[in-house]
Amino acid sequence: MTEIIIAGLGQTDVGEHWDISLRDLAFLAIESAIKDAGGLKPQALYVGNMLAPNLSRQAHLGALLADFAGLTGIEAVTVEAAGASGGAALRQGYLAVKSGLVDVALVVGVEKMTDQVGAGVEEALATAADSDYESVQGLTPTAQAALLMQRYMHEYNVPADGFAGFALTAHANGAGNPHAMFRKAIKPETYAKAEPLTPPLNMFDAAPNADGAAALVLTRRELLPSDWPHPLVKILASATASDTLALHDRKDPLFFEAAHLATGRAIKQAGITLDQVDFFEYHDAYSIYAALALESSGFAIRGHGWKMAADGRISLTGNLPCATMGGLKARGFAGGATGVYQAVEAATQLRGQAEACQVTRTRVGMIQSLGGPASTAVVHILEKLD
Amino acid sequence: MEIPRHWRLKKQRYALMGEVCPHCDAKIFPPRDVCPECHHEAKELFQFSGKGEIYSYTTIYEAPSGFDSNAPYTVALIKLNEGPMLTAQLTDVEAAQVQIGMPVEMVTRKMRDDGDERGMIVYGYKFRKRVGVT
Repeated sequence: MTEIIIAGLGQTDVGEHWDISLRDLAFLAIESAIKDAGGLKPQALYVGNMLAPNLSRQAHLGALLADFAGLTGIEAVTVEAAGASGGAALRQGYLAVKSGLVDVALVVGVEKMTDQVGAGVEEALATAADSDYESVQGLTPTAQAALLMQRYMHEYNVPADGFAGFALTAHANGAGNPHAMFRKAIKPETYAKAEPLTPPLNMFDAAPNADGAAALVLTRRELLPSDWPHPLVKILASATASDTLALHDRKDPLFFEAAHLATGRAIKQAGITLDQVDFFEYHDAYSIYAALALESSGFAIRGHGWKMAADGRISLTGNLPCATMGGLKARGFAGGATGVYQAVEAATQLRGQAEACQVTRTRVGMIQSLGGPASTAVVHILEKLD
Repeated sequence: MEIPRHWRLKKQRYALMGEVCPHCDAKIFPPRDVCPECHHEAKELFQFSGKGEIYSYTTIYEAPSGFDSNAPYTVALIKLNEGPMLTAQLTDVEAAQVQIGMPVEMVTRKMRDDGDERGMIVYGYKFRKRVGVT
């Protein structure tokens, strides 16, 4: 069977990079991924990006980044699925290499959020929702999350600080990740005292918008040189699913059907059971999304996802470590780069190179990338080979 | 701002015109031509009563361009009496009074401006606490 190996990893720090342009940011990640891959030559480039046409007035990133990376001539396109763009780009890279039509694929996720501020960024982010029926009402992605959180707290009687565990876990883990935007643990009191941002959601329930780029080099196992220096990390499964774009079109808004479907497909493809997943990189753009991801993926029963965080079950030493390098909350939310960051981090864990963030069980890691309120969900399962 | 984009939605924005499925009688809003219940073609027009109740709500302080002059404002998911849910701003009500389950009704209000471009204003539906209901 064809085995797809993540051969190269690259990432920039996540943060406010006013001195680095979109193309430079992407190139930094590409350069380090290709170096990490021992100089394997990519034949195709898949770019995950969400907002460049809006925020940087720059579309056509495939050609731009291939050109700027000295790879002119190769196949190069952008893949867009809002916050899941990075995960969707990884899947395209996986399909290309798995099919045999491409030997070495480069996947780069890049986002440049900080060239604009405030209302302009909110307007760009709102393009991921239904423009005619949601965004026209002044709805934003943060407000979508707040609507779900309000209803969830109402239905399941969640206390006011019930979601604190997600932010506490993320920030505790981010402290050990040198690339994270926030590298400082927070106290429960800090969460409890935070002002509501979009009630009931407070600033610790939302991941910070940031700039960043991450890159992966994928190839088939037999194409690796015999003196390959890294532990082998394989893509065991790749799956994706969609749901209604607008939140109001869902029969059951508190269940992420796309996350449920994509996880189910990936688990089946991998031939494993959910309890064989050693750690889970979820898409905690908002703490409520982390709770719903845990429930919709089958790790928690409905209404109980928040308790996994409150009880410490998702910490590095818990039974299902999540957001092991800080997640979106502490690493930072670099839009369409996110899914690629998740893959870089999960592969780093499986290689055993996560240092202060290292989890103990490192056989199988699952990553889940969401676009909007899981209107798109992309799931990859990675496995360390002996 | 794109005038045709808003103009072609006038039946929905001003009159909550949706669809009814001729096969299973499901009421559909926003209109989509394929029934979300039975997946058959559903193009028959249906006018909603504009009455419903709040499924969830929040208040937006950091608004997108075009909406920032109106911030803060409250948005809600509203379950219409006929079945479907929609997203709308609430109006004529203090955020502190809003509750899940509160009965609401549709009114027509200014939705957004286009900043300083051409002075066009978009009108459409918002919802207020239902009059005569305590």
